[in-house]
Amino acid sequence: MNVAAPRSGLMRGLYIGYMLAFFFYLAAPLAAAAIFAFNDSQFPALPWKGFTLNWFFGSTEPQIGLFNDRRLMAGLINSLWIGVIVSALSVVIGTCNAFLFERKSFPFKSALYVLMIVPLVIPGVILGISILVFSSMIANGVSDAFWWEWDFLRPGVLLVILGQLSFLVTITTLVISARLRKFDIALEEAALNLGASRVRVLATVTLPYLAPALFSGFVVAFLVSFENFNTTLMLVGSDAPLTITMYDRMVKVGSTPVLNAVSVFLMIGSGLLALASVFAQRPRRGEG
Amino acid sequence: MKSSDASRLTLILLFAPFALWIILLIILPQIGVGWLSLREKLGPREYAFGFGNYLDFFREPIYWNTLLRTAWISVLVTILALLIGFPVAWYIAKIARQRSRAALFLMCLIPLWVSDLVRAFGWILLLRETGIVSGMLQWAGLSSGPVELLYNDITVVIGMVYTVVLFMIVPLVSTLDGMDNALLEAGYNLGGSRMTVFRRIVIPYAMPGIVAGCIITFMLAAGSYLTPILLGGKNSMWFTEQIYEQFVTRYNWESGATFGVLLLVFTSAVVWLGLRLTGQNLASTVAKE
Repeated sequence: MNVAAPRSGLMRGLYIGYMLAFFFYLAAPLAAAAIFAFNDSQFPALPWKGFTLNWFFGSTEPQIGLFNDRRLMAGLINSLWIGVIVSALSVVIGTCNAFLFERKSFPFKSALYVLMIVPLVIPGVILGISILVFSSMIANGVSDAFWWEWDFLRPGVLLVILGQLSFLVTITTLVISARLRKFDIALEEAALNLGASRVRVLATVTLPYLAPALFSGFVVAFLVSFENFNTTLMLVGSDAPLTITMYDRMVKVGSTPVLNAVSVFLMIGSGLLALASVFAQRPRRGEG
Repeated sequence: MKSSDASRLTLILLFAPFALWIILLIILPQIGVGWLSLREKLGPREYAFGFGNYLDFFREPIYWNTLLRTAWISVLVTILALLIGFPVAWYIAKIARQRSRAALFLMCLIPLWVSDLVRAFGWILLLRETGIVSGMLQWAGLSSGPVELLYNDITVVIGMVYTVVLFMIVPLVSTLDGMDNALLEAGYNLGGSRMTVFRRIVIPYAMPGIVAGCIITFMLAAGSYLTPILLGGKNSMWFTEQIYEQFVTRYNWESGATFGVLLLVFTSAVVWLGLRLTGQNLASTVAKE
């Protein structure tokens, strides 16, 4: 008998009812967003007018599908490559940070560790405006002093990358540190005693051990980057990523089922990636 | 000594990316915003320094009312998320069997990975005048005409709790998971009632998780943009919206920066207060996972 469970049958029934209601609450909006992607109607609303895949593949007015909508596809491609760059950078910096905080000792370490976590508790909008303000200051300064126009410091892809990087590094650092902490340092010592060089130990012992965390960190960073809105909104230029394009469409044109198609696409894509990251983190046989 | 030189070198090499990141992307930009917020615009290219922008903020009731409103709704959302999330976390960590536990946990996480935008969009489709809930109410004969359920505070709160409750559940599950059931048994054997055991054993044990969840939830709520604006409509009066408006619509960066500083100071103060009152610290709560 589980001591943590309610004792009476009625209470147990109520508890299970509560859990079901909670999962219904979680699923309802997602289901609503998904279902109308397949409705053969101009509006994402009842009544149901029959099943169609036109909102994904349609190529004729008025049902231009997601994969034939040039603006949405451009947004998707921007999101993809921004996500890959940002995640790669945050995994590299995160790995350095993990080694720095797990392996090295230096003055003010605990204060700097807190500083490393701080970006997680700064609202995204503020990270966005601070990077906007700072880069504009540099751009204005350079323009006043040397008459150079550093357009890459104006809102655009570079600023979006920097803005997302500012808080994603904290996330990847935490993910990678958690695994590095479990690493048995005796393995490295054994390899060193057997005559391997430091670089070789890193490449053949430590990094392979960290690989699942590196992968997971990359996936998590990619997903957060892909779905980020608040920071990106402040920094976006003409090459808007998908979430911004979709928001623009929602506010300016109103909702059409193509936005539901985008939602379905995002749900499937991020669900698969998240599952991949969960499985990569699973302990394998022979590991403690 | 050669090896200590090598160790110094690796320390420097590992420190460099950290320093570049934290200085260029966090510290200097924050200082930049602080500096900008102290700059008053007198005319074209003419500036003075002082607290004028802050005075303007307190002189204009609509601004500080928006901040207060953002604050209390965020606190309300945090409390609701804790109340709703705790039983769920308890079920996953303590009651569910080993196999279903992982599946339940994953089910909790899946909406986490879907963009805020998609979630808000889903709520709009459910709750608007031509939406599913309105349609069902009419179909069931509970309402004679279409019902508009969007654009009110209750909807904003429901939508925001939805967005943040998962960030409450995850730290709670990981804390409660570590609690040995023997603690509960001991409490009962010593004659404690359900309430006493909950208050004296469970809550103190779960405190780091509760604090971590509340901090993340509160920060996400106070900093959120999409949910209050899309579900609250034009009159949502949300502080991040004011910041965006000052920066983008009015192009008044000085006052936008002032608002940014105020939001950051305010949220940090709440987090600090929460940590103080519960005797926790940032590194042991937020970074625990």
